[in-house]
Amino acid sequence: MRLRYLTLTAVAFFSAFPLYYSVVVASRHNSALAEVPPPLLPGGNFFANVARVFDTVPFGLALLNSVIVAGSISLAVMFFSTLAGFAFAKLRFRGKNVMLVITVATMMVPAQLGIIPLYMLMIKLEWTGTNYALIVPALVNAFGVFFMTQYLSRALPNELLEAGRVDGCTTWGLFWHVVLPAARPAAAVLGMLTFMSAWNDYFWPLVVLTPDNPTVQVALSTLASGYVNDYVLGLAGTAIGTLPLVLVFALFGKQIIGGIMQGAVKG
Amino acid sequence: MRHTLDTRVSPYAYVAPFFLLFGAFGLFPLFYTAWVSLHEWTLLDEEQTFIGLKNYETLLADGYFWNATFNTLSIGVLSTVPQLVLSIWLAHLLNRRLRFQTLFRISLLLPNVTSVVAVVVIFSQLFGRDFGLINWMLSLVGVGQIDWAAGTATSHIALSVMIMWRWTGYNALIFLAAMQAVPRELYEAATLDGASGATQLRRITIPMIRPTIIFVVIVSTIGAMQVIAEPMLFGTSSGGGGGLVSGGPDRQFQTLALYVYEQAFTVFDFGYASAASWVMFLIVVLVAGVNFLLSRRVKGGLL
Repeated sequence: MRLRYLTLTAVAFFSAFPLYYSVVVASRHNSALAEVPPPLLPGGNFFANVARVFDTVPFGLALLNSVIVAGSISLAVMFFSTLAGFAFAKLRFRGKNVMLVITVATMMVPAQLGIIPLYMLMIKLEWTGTNYALIVPALVNAFGVFFMTQYLSRALPNELLEAGRVDGCTTWGLFWHVVLPAARPAAAVLGMLTFMSAWNDYFWPLVVLTPDNPTVQVALSTLASGYVNDYVLGLAGTAIGTLPLVLVFALFGKQIIGGIMQGAVKG
Repeated sequence: MRHTLDTRVSPYAYVAPFFLLFGAFGLFPLFYTAWVSLHEWTLLDEEQTFIGLKNYETLLADGYFWNATFNTLSIGVLSTVPQLVLSIWLAHLLNRRLRFQTLFRISLLLPNVTSVVAVVVIFSQLFGRDFGLINWMLSLVGVGQIDWAAGTATSHIALSVMIMWRWTGYNALIFLAAMQAVPRELYEAATLDGASGATQLRRITIPMIRPTIIFVVIVSTIGAMQVIAEPMLFGTSSGGGGGLVSGGPDRQFQTLALYVYEQAFTVFDFGYASAASWVMFLIVVLVAGVNFLLSRRVKGGLL
């Protein structure tokens, strides 16, 4: 038993340490990195380094873009997934089971392989360099639909829906007055998961955006690929661009982990 | 009348957004890739010429393509195999009444909510040749400075560590979820029979969670075959030279997805890059299929 705690503590340490160390480096001056032994405690240079980040890349704009993109994607995914989840979990229609299986199967499609036509499509739509290219393809996804289907079939009692029908609700009325309120706990978890993955998305934004109108991750990669290797600058950007999200996760971690594990059981 | 129309039509309307979106931005691009790959097709040319399988012929004779295939498989094996073993073991350790259970779980998942850009920037510093923390620690036990990004094997190890760091905890939680569904009585009976923890893991847990193991193996394989952001950013932030797309100056860690990206978005040869994408897709299906067959055979005694 003691060995179990020791092992888990060690693993927890290795999980957290690189994040901690990035803050240490981000709060130092580049010259401090050459010291032997290397610095292991934060220094006093953090805000000066952050100021340098804002001087080097359009970081304010990047933050704004990321908030807009991740925010709209999360709201849309929560809404459309609950809507489709309601249909799959509680409504009867021909072809339902096949459609649900197809939905789950699409999660296995390596989407990255279609990246070239997707890019050509964005050129046609004149969406390259804009947030539309990031938001529109991500408005709803298979994981969200599956996740909400699982939750609603478990957590929404049929009696509630029947009572609504008796009261003369249309299907849309049921969705609005009965399903949405009942779906809130799961939709919140889905929203947080979606926000995090949209915020952290790197590859597609790199392809369609330009460095002068970036998201946070694109701006960070610009910082990290300068001609001079400026680790302090890169990690200062990382600290303000991604660590807030990690902290939010640490606060809501219990619910988010519950969500991931519930989605996994049936996976 | 209005009522029946409502109940008949609305379900389709409610699931339609997903299918329309997936069709337009998921399925269509995938198949259109095949069409593009049969053409001489670049970003700048107005006209596209049909050239049949010529792109594929060029591709299969291209040493850089095979180099990228080798690197992808090598990094895939190095990152996935230890990761799966480790995550099953971690899940086994967590599958018990424990104090600080939530704290352990949250810390295991911290790496996964860190963006890939942040992960590579952080680890490029840790793996730095001159002032990296890892080389400093190795120097304490007498190992000389390693130029991690420069060598083939060392760069593959560094990249695999980044991938493992990000995904081991996540997979451990997936396994833990499956383990919690295994009936307690099985373990109780085994304990009465005097079976040790390790034996219980091998004889009860692993056979019982086999569907989840297969699922995780397939998903990890598909992910591993598409690795791109890590080698891309490691190439620039390790300072080894070679820029964003080449995977090191000697292409020592250029993966397949990165090779496709190079052909598509720096050379702008869409036809050739699409052929490479499509072959890559076949490789993904092939490797995932082999791993599916292998993991289906996982029995108690194998691990």
